[in-house]
Amino acid sequence: MKKLSFYFLFLSISITSFAKNNADTINAGLKLPAGFSATKISEGLGRARHIVVSQQGTIFYKSSKLVNGKGIFQLKNLNGKAELITSFGKYIGTGIAIRNGYLYASSDEEVFRYKLNEKDEVLNPDQPEKIITGLINRHQHESKSIAFDNDGNIYVNIGAYANACQEKDRTLHSKGRMPCPVLDSAGGIWQFKADKLNQTYADGIRYATGLRNVVGLDWNAQTNSLFVMQHGRDQLHDNWPEFYDTKQSAELPAETMYELHRGSNCGWPFIYYDPMQHKKMLAPEYGGDGKKSWDEYLNENKNGGLVIVNYKYNQDKTSLINDMDYARKAYDKTIQDPAIAFPAHMGPNALLFYTGNQFPEKYKNGAFIAFHGSWNRAPELQKGYFVVFVPFKNGKPTGEWEIFADNFAGGDQFMEPNKAQHRPCGLAQGPDGSLYVSDDVKGAVYKISYKK
Amino acid sequence: MKKIFSVILFLLFVVFVNAQTNQQTLKASIDRGQKIYFKVCLSCHMLDGGGVPHMNPPLSQSSYVLGDKAKIIYIILHGLETREPIDDEYYSNNMAAHTDLNNQQIADVLTYVRNSFGNKASAVSVAEVKAVRSKKK
Repeated sequence: MKKLSFYFLFLSISITSFAKNNADTINAGLKLPAGFSATKISEGLGRARHIVVSQQGTIFYKSSKLVNGKGIFQLKNLNGKAELITSFGKYIGTGIAIRNGYLYASSDEEVFRYKLNEKDEVLNPDQPEKIITGLINRHQHESKSIAFDNDGNIYVNIGAYANACQEKDRTLHSKGRMPCPVLDSAGGIWQFKADKLNQTYADGIRYATGLRNVVGLDWNAQTNSLFVMQHGRDQLHDNWPEFYDTKQSAELPAETMYELHRGSNCGWPFIYYDPMQHKKMLAPEYGGDGKKSWDEYLNENKNGGLVIVNYKYNQDKTSLINDMDYARKAYDKTIQDPAIAFPAHMGPNALLFYTGNQFPEKYKNGAFIAFHGSWNRAPELQKGYFVVFVPFKNGKPTGEWEIFADNFAGGDQFMEPNKAQHRPCGLAQGPDGSLYVSDDVKGAVYKISYKK
Repeated sequence: MKKIFSVILFLLFVVFVNAQTNQQTLKASIDRGQKIYFKVCLSCHMLDGGGVPHMNPPLSQSSYVLGDKAKIIYIILHGLETREPIDDEYYSNNMAAHTDLNNQQIADVLTYVRNSFGNKASAVSVAEVKAVRSKKK
């Protein structure tokens, strides 16, 4: 009898632990390639947008919701769980990065930095230095993501405060504005000095234009160039039902990766990229019909058409002083092709080139992308809500990509984005080569590691 | 006494028939409104009226939907581009103006929205839409 009760005790313990493991704790609910494991090291603090991990393993993330009036959270990873050390920064936002002993963070209008000591303590949490100020925020595509090069510059995304630069935003049959005035102060990437205080538009350079909204961007140390992920435009069917049915609208246009150089023009709002035809297409707001490609348009308009008219307007703007590279590019009529294109509407919110040694060799210098997950596919099922890996060879994507970490949403058969349990939004590489993923639904932080 | 009884009975019958007709009118309006919702509103506000977190506001249990009818009619007619909190949350996307919908269609779709997704509120009439439309923007 004693033996039997011992047996029952053992059985009940094993059942409980099995159920617990299966339901919640195996890889924190994520699906990963063989050899990888994930733990959820933190949850419940704000809405974690971008995230960074210091050389000592300190975690900082920027929240789009204040908790007790604070929007930056500092955590320390202790025995598989991250403990909150402190919080500061009385503003919401997205961007965060560490550079030359400073923690940089962005609100939706400004970029600040905080001096860190050798123990990663923030010395002046209430008096950050203001690096950039006065960036446009008209509540649409408002987040200001940041990245650095190796020459002392900081790059800031300034998203377009419009879907397609229409006379009336997102409105049925509303035509594109000509020229598009959004581009003078938004819809591109601006370059500033990383260590100069109180810079405004007049101190910056419009480094690249024609980008509707970039949330994920990263400097590629191999190519020594900036790579960005653009959020493609929405609502082709809603606004132009005669050219696009709901299915086409769910699959168009591509989410696109670009390698930028000073003067790059990626074509928003005049074009979008069709991932099935692999073509730049003339946007319906500017005379397109879902069939006419940008090349066909240029054949009919050998003087450069829309791009030139737009350039002539924008060259008078103060934000474009010293912007001769852009001028030359504009006269070339060049709209850049993407480095690689992904299915529509998945919302790429973070880009990270992996330089660690922990993961297998194929991941080295390739790109991870956090796809926040779509909304503009309804009434079709939503897509994304995963982290993708893009292999690179000689500084260029090979053209392939694969889902790396899946099931953040907790299922993939849903039409309503509010059904998603988690949405990946930020990526960071830890000093040991682990990959950190932040989530802006419940403020979760995942740590993904590899073991041979 | 018998006479009074039949009058009361008759009055009850009238009330009943009236209620029935109102019910039928309401149902017809909701049915028409649902078709418009699927065509025009669903892509942003979703099948369940839940919206998209931080981008497009939910319509279920929304104070904008359940509150002042003139205000929500105005938003359908003219769109909403100001940054304002809706039930303590901010939403990024602009709402388009729907000048393509006529008074009947706006009355129907709002009646549908006010009686769906767990909402229960009075119907919106064509006259109410007409009154808001005739006001200057």
